Amino acid sequence: MKTVSAEHLTKTYNKGEVRALDDLSIDVTEGTVLSVLGPNGAGKTTTVRILATLLKPDSGSAHVAGIDVIKHPDKVREVIGLSGQYAAVDETLTGWDNLVMFGRLYHLGKQQSINRANDLLERFSLTESARRTIKTYSGGMRRRLDLAASLIVQPKVLFLDEPTTGLDPRGRMEMWGVIEELVTGGVTVLLTTQYLEEADQLADEIAVIDHGKVIARGTSDVLKRQVGGERLEITVENSEVAKVQEIVARISAHATHIEGRTVSAPVSTGSTALIEALRALDEVSIHPLDIGLKRPSLDDVFLSLTGHLAEETVSQPAKRKRGGKR
Amino acid sequence: MKHLLSDSIVITKRQILQLARIPELLIFSTIQPVMFVLLFRFVFGGSIQTSQPGGYVQLLMPGIFVQTVAFTLAATASGLAQDMTKGLIDRFRSLPISRGALVIGRTFGDALLNILVLAVMAAAGFAVGWRPTSGFTRIALGFLFLFSFGYALSWIGIYVGLVVRDARVVQNVGFLVTFPMTFLSNAFAPTTGMPKALQYVAEWNPVSSMVAACRQLFGLKNEFGATANSWPSQHPLETSLLYMIILMAIFIPLSVRKYANSSN
Repeated sequence: MKTVSAEHLTKTYNKGEVRALDDLSIDVTEGTVLSVLGPNGAGKTTTVRILATLLKPDSGSAHVAGIDVIKHPDKVREVIGLSGQYAAVDETLTGWDNLVMFGRLYHLGKQQSINRANDLLERFSLTESARRTIKTYSGGMRRRLDLAASLIVQPKVLFLDEPTTGLDPRGRMEMWGVIEELVTGGVTVLLTTQYLEEADQLADEIAVIDHGKVIARGTSDVLKRQVGGERLEITVENSEVAKVQEIVARISAHATHIEGRTVSAPVSTGSTALIEALRALDEVSIHPLDIGLKRPSLDDVFLSLTGHLAEETVSQPAKRKRGGKR
Repeated sequence: MKHLLSDSIVITKRQILQLARIPELLIFSTIQPVMFVLLFRFVFGGSIQTSQPGGYVQLLMPGIFVQTVAFTLAATASGLAQDMTKGLIDRFRSLPISRGALVIGRTFGDALLNILVLAVMAAAGFAVGWRPTSGFTRIALGFLFLFSFGYALSWIGIYVGLVVRDARVVQNVGFLVTFPMTFLSNAFAPTTGMPKALQYVAEWNPVSSMVAACRQLFGLKNEFGATANSWPSQHPLETSLLYMIILMAIFIPLSVRKYANSSN
């Protein structure tokens, strides 16, 4: 069953000058994590904002948990949680104040709001700092509180818009742990990210979007296979590069590629090719600095699909007129 | 709609909590008007001639009350603008809360703040010689007028906050609106000293009507206005009421619509 589905969404900004979404269709199966992967300006945030009822599309339709997002936004709001790339909590209040307030705004009773706040603070290891204002929180703590706020009513669908952007590696790892735990709990998640590693780690399925369109879709493995199989990669001293190239050429049927002191080529025989290469190197007494089979990363996937790297920003003039992310 | 009032009250409570968490906010928003009372009382008080029994401070206090409630317009605007710029507004919008609760709650919060500020100022005024003579009912009615005027103006603040959206710019816009509005009036000095054209502006300025209304309710002759014998200066109570109704009739629908559309 599809818990989230969007068909043919389009959205333009600045009177049609900027085309944020260009006939985008996407869906998420119940209980799974879909990662929407794309560079800045690809339309990730716009997609989330439409699905989370914050924005109306110019055309197209969208359903969340079977409810029409455009016709019944109020009903959708009762079953979703949204956690954005900016911690959307009141910085002047304490963590506890925030969660109780949001509980009240979900129309939970007073005691129920308090209990829920206490539970969530406990679960996200924030109990100790519950009575401190958010201003004193670290980036990672803010995001955890923000995520906690989106879980007050146990949403059916959770939208996470770049949940780890701007976090340090430790904060990111913590956040991943928390998200993985949620997924085990059975919630359906749509997560946007520009980190390939993150999509790889968390998602059941990945949709790659660029210029407001889905350009590829599948599991991480499927996408990687689309780009090609494994590559044999050998790094040696400069003086030995030419000799190694001969060896690699013999093993691989494809063209070899040299970058600095590293020689590489696609291989189809996996570890057999690796053993073969080691034997050949040993025969001529070359000791490689590094040798291995490299599977393509999602970076390679992105590069081959879009012609540019994921972290590169697509230039879209006047995209952020008011300083905010759309 | 069912939850409009209760949702608004949650937002108001949030504002009160903010003041509790950052008491400096409250301290400074009450120090400023007290400072104005003292400055005007002792700087201008000695040089402005008046036949008013009890002296200048009697005329000054209504003026400064009105000025202070007008100034909270800027606070309303910048508070709302701050909410709108951070991600917080997205969270509020993604919750199943009543449309309008966020702005209505804020006007309630600022109204409560106005009550406190007016009380502190009344005490400060009393300490420097202000003695209204009209009896409890009329004095209370005067404060009700001030409170209502503040509430009506806070809707201008809401609209400014929604339109300008940048909290720092909003502060400046707030001052640009409130300074001329409060000084081009009969609040602190006779309008008769102004160039003729400005006198008419001052006559029809809602602040002048409000000040005149308060002076009347506090048992004073309205000495500083009435140069042009205009209708507003002769009927300050009616004019003030009319102004409040007009302001709210314009800015409440404008603000609600602006807020509803502000994300698309």
